[in-house]
Amino acid sequence: MSRPVHDTGPATEQTTAATRLTGLVGALRAHGFGIGTGETVDAGHALEAVGFTDRERVREALAATLLHGETQRPVFDRVFDLYFPLGHTRDTEAYENTAAGPAGLAALRDRLAEALGAADGAALDRLAAEAVGGFGGFGSGPESDGWSSYQTLSRLRPETLLARVRERLRTAPGSAGPEFTERLLDDEIRRRIEAFRERVRTEARRRVAERQGRDRVARRAVAGTADTVDFLLAGRAQLDELRRTVRPLARKLATRLAARRRRASRGEIDLRRTLRRSLSTGGVPVRPVLRRRPPRRPELVLLCDVSGSVAGFAQFTMLLVQALHDQFSRVRVFAFVNRVDEVTGLIARGSADPAGLGDRILAEAELTGWHGQSDYGTALGEFADRYADALGPRTVLFVLGDARTNGADPNLAALRRIADRARRVHWLNPEQPSLWGTGDSVAPAYAGLVEMRPCRNARQLGALIGRLLPV
Amino acid sequence: MTTGFFSSVDDVAERLAATGYLASPAVATTVFLADRLGKPLLVEGPAGVGKTELAKAVTEVTGARLVRLQCYEGVDESRALYEWNHAKQLLRITAGRGESWDETRTDIFGEEFLLPRPLLTAIRSEEPTVLLIDETDKADVEVEGLLLEVLSDFQITVPELGTIKAIRRPFTVLTSNASRELSEALRRRCLFLHIGFPEEELERRIVALKVPGLDEALAGSVVRVVGALRAMDLRKVPSVSETIDWARTLLALGADRLDEAVVRETLGVLLKHQDDIVRAAVKLDLDAV
Repeated sequence: MSRPVHDTGPATEQTTAATRLTGLVGALRAHGFGIGTGETVDAGHALEAVGFTDRERVREALAATLLHGETQRPVFDRVFDLYFPLGHTRDTEAYENTAAGPAGLAALRDRLAEALGAADGAALDRLAAEAVGGFGGFGSGPESDGWSSYQTLSRLRPETLLARVRERLRTAPGSAGPEFTERLLDDEIRRRIEAFRERVRTEARRRVAERQGRDRVARRAVAGTADTVDFLLAGRAQLDELRRTVRPLARKLATRLAARRRRASRGEIDLRRTLRRSLSTGGVPVRPVLRRRPPRRPELVLLCDVSGSVAGFAQFTMLLVQALHDQFSRVRVFAFVNRVDEVTGLIARGSADPAGLGDRILAEAELTGWHGQSDYGTALGEFADRYADALGPRTVLFVLGDARTNGADPNLAALRRIADRARRVHWLNPEQPSLWGTGDSVAPAYAGLVEMRPCRNARQLGALIGRLLPV
Repeated sequence: MTTGFFSSVDDVAERLAATGYLASPAVATTVFLADRLGKPLLVEGPAGVGKTELAKAVTEVTGARLVRLQCYEGVDESRALYEWNHAKQLLRITAGRGESWDETRTDIFGEEFLLPRPLLTAIRSEEPTVLLIDETDKADVEVEGLLLEVLSDFQITVPELGTIKAIRRPFTVLTSNASRELSEALRRRCLFLHIGFPEEELERRIVALKVPGLDEALAGSVVRVVGALRAMDLRKVPSVSETIDWARTLLALGADRLDEAVVRETLGVLLKHQDDIVRAAVKLDLDAV
């Protein structure tokens, strides 16, 4: 199936392609992709080699020359869809009018159910375009001001088609009797529906881009890679995506830590042993001896606020630390809301099920007393009293939380006691520094006692952990 | 400079298919570009999706010679590039007693005493060559430094001999399972290709090709079950090679359709961890394993 790229006429092909390419590269750079001029030139050569007749080839050619890793791919795909859109703008105008209204909606849902059943990609693309054209426009007049995927999807409600698609597939000719694969059907249909929703979002973005200018939309409306999503703003799907980045991130960190450790273990020259060895060469120190330090890995303790809004941040960090466990001589993890409990065991067992980790911690550990709000003062006090043995001269303690006490006493004395016992204490706060001290946040008070750093997304967390850990 | 094996993207897809390698559009396009732009191709992806197979298939369709460097921890210059044949050098020195020092010295650092390792072999080869650098991520960081010169200019500098340039640029494939992060410098020199799990339809064709005796409807069910397993949160999801193994197992068992008993008994072919098997069994609604 070959679908041509939209509006690249022969006369302007060269200039259009060049401006589009540089625009695309600019937008990708704005998302933090390191793309050099050499790669842009390569991309140009690649476009020349594959031609413009097949859009998917153009996409793959650009991906091969511009990208350096798979995590960049989702952002690339969204930006690509803006700069090299499907060629169907002109066709949509014909059926936009027929689709509007309740009758049109019902008809569209019928056709959508059919296309979902057949898993017909081309038809789904067309339907997404129709749906946004018919139901996604908002604003005044026939030339509406904007296009909304949210509005389209809330009117179309593709997720409610599940039963209909299932029925259609069951009664379709050729499907004989109840089979084992029947039980997979619902999940398969759900995945197709989600793919359709993404198509609608792409289409809405493309239309907005036509109106507001591509560059602006590409920089603003396209979500960044998972590791730049703000912990406090991430939705459920984004947290899931974030969880999938844990392992690669841990691997990267482990490589870096191991390299640093290797360098550091090559200590300075051991004079006594160098002289001793030089005896065999007549006192000339031919081979210097380096003093080797015994390999010593840090002990790590995490103290995490797992209440409500900051839970996603804490969970992600716990998973990261768990994936890094062989970099430490010992890892202990404590969670609290207003009471502290050790959850090291839960984390270790949780390797197979990162998604349910938060629920399990809340279910199995005793974290709440009389109320369900986080109380840093009580939690820190209890930690200092009950688990002081977890801290020692080799321990690095990371406290994770937003330092919002809900008006309770911050108990600074407890944190001071903790800081005295541990080698280092770092407080990672998922809020931006401008919010510290506003409302019930006692962040500045805690920051006076221990180092507090903002840590808003996975990229920052990776950089911080890599930097803060002792060798 | 191109390696000049293929004339178009379709040409790549067709000729690879003829050897039994069904390429997705992404694979075909990228292979064509690697050939046309003369750049090395870095292939990443989970184990068992056909990264190494791709290099082998290209070798087969082009009739080229395959030179393979298998990376491992501790692979070094003398394993990857070249090495001096010390024993032979010593023999030469012993045999040449009585010669002046100058004669001896110039002699023992000649071509005759050079042992070419994979990278030098590929660079010096006069026939068309496919250079496969397998599991690049397993090698130490230092080896990447060696690769940089080789991959950007296709030349190797031997201090005693000077720079050796490629006569014919080899078609180069690097594979990686991403067990270690490769350096940015290395990535910049390569075209990047991620081979993921194939689309349902492509995988069905792969199964049909590799396990010809299998009933078509059953092959469809096999691919659907594997797809469902991949959507689960498992420690190791099954890849294409496991799909094929499973299809072969079913064929050997003479199963003509999937039912609970068959799936339960053969789940071990697809999944390699006991807790994965337990989880999958629960999700797929199989009775206790």
